Amino acid sequence: MSDDPRFELEPERYELTEPARYRFEPWPADVDRRAFLRVFGVMGGGLVVAAALPVRAQQASGRGQAGLESPSEIEAWIHLDARGRVTAFTGKVEIGQNARTSLTQVVADELRVPVEAIAFVMADTDLTPFDQGTFGSRTTPAMAPVLGRAAATAREMLIDLAAARWQVDRAGLAAEAGRVRAADGRTVSYGDLAAGRRLAGRVTAGVASPDRWRLRGTPVRKVDGRTFVTGRHVFTPDLVRPNMGYGVMLRPPAYGATPVAVDDSGARRVPGVHVVRDGVFIGVVATGERAARRAAAAVTIEWNIPTGQPTSETVYAHLKRTAGSGAAGSGGRGGGAPRVVGDIVQARRESAQVVEASYHIPYIAHVPLEPRAAVAEWADGRVTVWTGTQRPFGVRSEVASAFGLAEDRVRVIVPDMGSGYGGKHTGEQAIEAARLARAAGRPVKLVYGRDEEFAWGYFRPAGVIDVKAGVDRDGRLTFWEFDNYNSGSAGLPTPYVVPNQRVAFHPSDSPLRQGSYRGLAATANHYAREMHMDALARASGLDPVAFRLKNLDNARIRAVLEAAASKIGWPAPARPGRSLGIACGTEKGSYVATAAEVMKSADGFEVTRIVVSFECGAIVNPDGLRNQVEGSIVQGLGGALFEAIRFAGGRIQNGTMATYRVPRFKDVPPIEVVLIDRRDLPSAGAGETPIVCVAPAIGSAARGVGEVLPQLPVTLKNDLGGRFFTG
Amino acid sequence: MAEFVLRVNGRTHRVEGEPGDSLLAVLRYDLGLTGSKFGCGEGHCGACTVMIDGQAARSCVVRIGAVAGKAITTIEGLAGDEPGARLHPVQEAFLEAEAFQCGYCTPGMVMATVGLLRSVPNPTDADIARILDRNVCRCGTYPRIVQAVKDAARRARTAPARIES
Repeated sequence: MSDDPRFELEPERYELTEPARYRFEPWPADVDRRAFLRVFGVMGGGLVVAAALPVRAQQASGRGQAGLESPSEIEAWIHLDARGRVTAFTGKVEIGQNARTSLTQVVADELRVPVEAIAFVMADTDLTPFDQGTFGSRTTPAMAPVLGRAAATAREMLIDLAAARWQVDRAGLAAEAGRVRAADGRTVSYGDLAAGRRLAGRVTAGVASPDRWRLRGTPVRKVDGRTFVTGRHVFTPDLVRPNMGYGVMLRPPAYGATPVAVDDSGARRVPGVHVVRDGVFIGVVATGERAARRAAAAVTIEWNIPTGQPTSETVYAHLKRTAGSGAAGSGGRGGGAPRVVGDIVQARRESAQVVEASYHIPYIAHVPLEPRAAVAEWADGRVTVWTGTQRPFGVRSEVASAFGLAEDRVRVIVPDMGSGYGGKHTGEQAIEAARLARAAGRPVKLVYGRDEEFAWGYFRPAGVIDVKAGVDRDGRLTFWEFDNYNSGSAGLPTPYVVPNQRVAFHPSDSPLRQGSYRGLAATANHYAREMHMDALARASGLDPVAFRLKNLDNARIRAVLEAAASKIGWPAPARPGRSLGIACGTEKGSYVATAAEVMKSADGFEVTRIVVSFECGAIVNPDGLRNQVEGSIVQGLGGALFEAIRFAGGRIQNGTMATYRVPRFKDVPPIEVVLIDRRDLPSAGAGETPIVCVAPAIGSAARGVGEVLPQLPVTLKNDLGGRFFTG
Repeated sequence: MAEFVLRVNGRTHRVEGEPGDSLLAVLRYDLGLTGSKFGCGEGHCGACTVMIDGQAARSCVVRIGAVAGKAITTIEGLAGDEPGARLHPVQEAFLEAEAFQCGYCTPGMVMATVGLLRSVPNPTDADIARILDRNVCRCGTYPRIVQAVKDAARRARTAPARIES
């Protein structure tokens, strides 16, 4: 692993962001007092605890936030009212990763109240403390302890209040089930203790260690699960505001296209329709959704489309050609000096086996089922935008910047949303809805069509990964050269012990808009690395598991690798005609190994079984974790087997659900999940890492069926490509 | 523009529109029944699934001109309207299995499952994969949904479904 700070490449800065045009001002020194007053103003009297971190955790670096490392930085709130109701505030968003439930468990556990007593206000820039965004699997390792300490502090304050009320030593008091209890049996409810007060505290208490967990570590049900099975949950596209109009954008037919002539006379004739034109921005607003679509269809635009844009076939040469150029485009930054250790030339000379390959990684799409959507409403010089984004405060900045407003004139609220997978870091939909709403003089809802979501969101970066590596006669790695062009640097360093290394990330000019994705580049980097390890083992005549263990000193990776191998029955497949493959790795502080079983089929091969072993420290919610791990595996199947964006001439050629194949019921083999609960270790994030080894496990298994090309999706040399279309 | 009479969840609604207008748009934007979700507009993701005369249908590609007089049931019509109402057995099964993550596909999955169980009361894994092929859960909770469908089949045998047909 990269312990040397010189080799830290700050993956988030490159992979999570579009151009860094955002500035945040440090909070003024009286932020505590003002924030307390704000919470009392919204919530009424009672008890408030502000959770502040003295120094921002290094790994939480998203966009440049250097100005926010002041001691007054508030991370979260807890408010308790006179009726004993607890409201917790966090800037995190719920995107299906179950943060609302897992954070509720933490607060309820520390405060010693039932889960039902807690309400969470999440991701409302007027109400919740600043948060950089919900990405990088940071909610459990970073936000949960903050809220836990705040809840523990609230509990201790309540015990102090009871001690003062009864004039007894607090040492004899205990908090339980929403009450403080004295040794003589007297009890008082939290609500009675908080009634009529305006008590504010800053976090002082520590958080309980896992051996003292009661609610944490248990499979608490999703707190509002019922609203999803009844259809009552209000996602952004479901929101309605008084006098709301419906917006439709007129999109260019290709990237870089500019309007030459616009005829909107047909649309303007429709009563109640606003046509909004502002440079390349062209949209309509109508009173009804169907009327808006009809009005948009009545606008005719002649476009100038630039030629010579790269295609999904030529993109790999383009990425290598433009590497390190710092060229314009969304990828031209974030590289760093390569990691160089030892003497590669000498080590290569002394190697018994050398394997070289160049792996191609295509762009893939997130395809969140809830497309980008926003409702914008202007009042008194302020705009409120409800929208699905993983970065509510970032989107607040984007909107403020787009309209030349101070940030306190913009409020962004994120209803629990229909997923993101890293694909909703940006706020174009919020800006567009706000622009339409300002022109129409009424609230406007804008919901992207599926074609817009494909074409005008962003993709997981395409890339080329060149690997050269050698082993000696004993099966030990001698050298490791790893050059990643454009994919990104997450998961770039090898966890294997290699004395001679050169590891580099080369940002390139990406022809398509690209950004974050579940697991970031760790999936691409794990694919190239683990496929290469598999090839080295085969070239050396060694068992791929034994070869890895020989070159691995990280005990946590070894543990998951051995667990997965044992579970799938390595090295022998359970049935003849099947082939096994395996891969392992670590990312974002958690550890994963995936084993796959495949068999020959009419269109190449078919995955018949997946085993995954996963370790992320102490498990907060075992059922929620299992759900996340299974989901990661299923999502990983898409990128491993058939997902790839095809494009040419500035157009996405498979930007529909019919032509861009995502995993469906029929694609999912039996998945066996082995969870390793390490109560002795802090909890790490778990929503992303299980995805990273799916493709190399399948790829190595497919090598038992035929020659596998060095690319994603996993493709046999003579594969006719039948898997790539929904049909 | 013409007037269309739609029977949704036992109530009659008159809406103005073109015969080719999508049923989903009318449900969501005219009738305020937002439980049926927009996912793709192509009939390929199933988030908009409703029952029409007892058959599951993708409402985004159903034209209002084609459903006049037919009985349409949306997720809102599956259980009682009141917040504490008893859930439909399929809803109970999804809730019990926690067969969702973000929940956006869930209403469509529930409605598609109601339709599935009407035609195949005791489905195998292969039946489920085939009949729910046009329902996508991008969060990948398929293994749980399969368990929920089978559990729903068991529940339905003891508590018959209440779907207008």
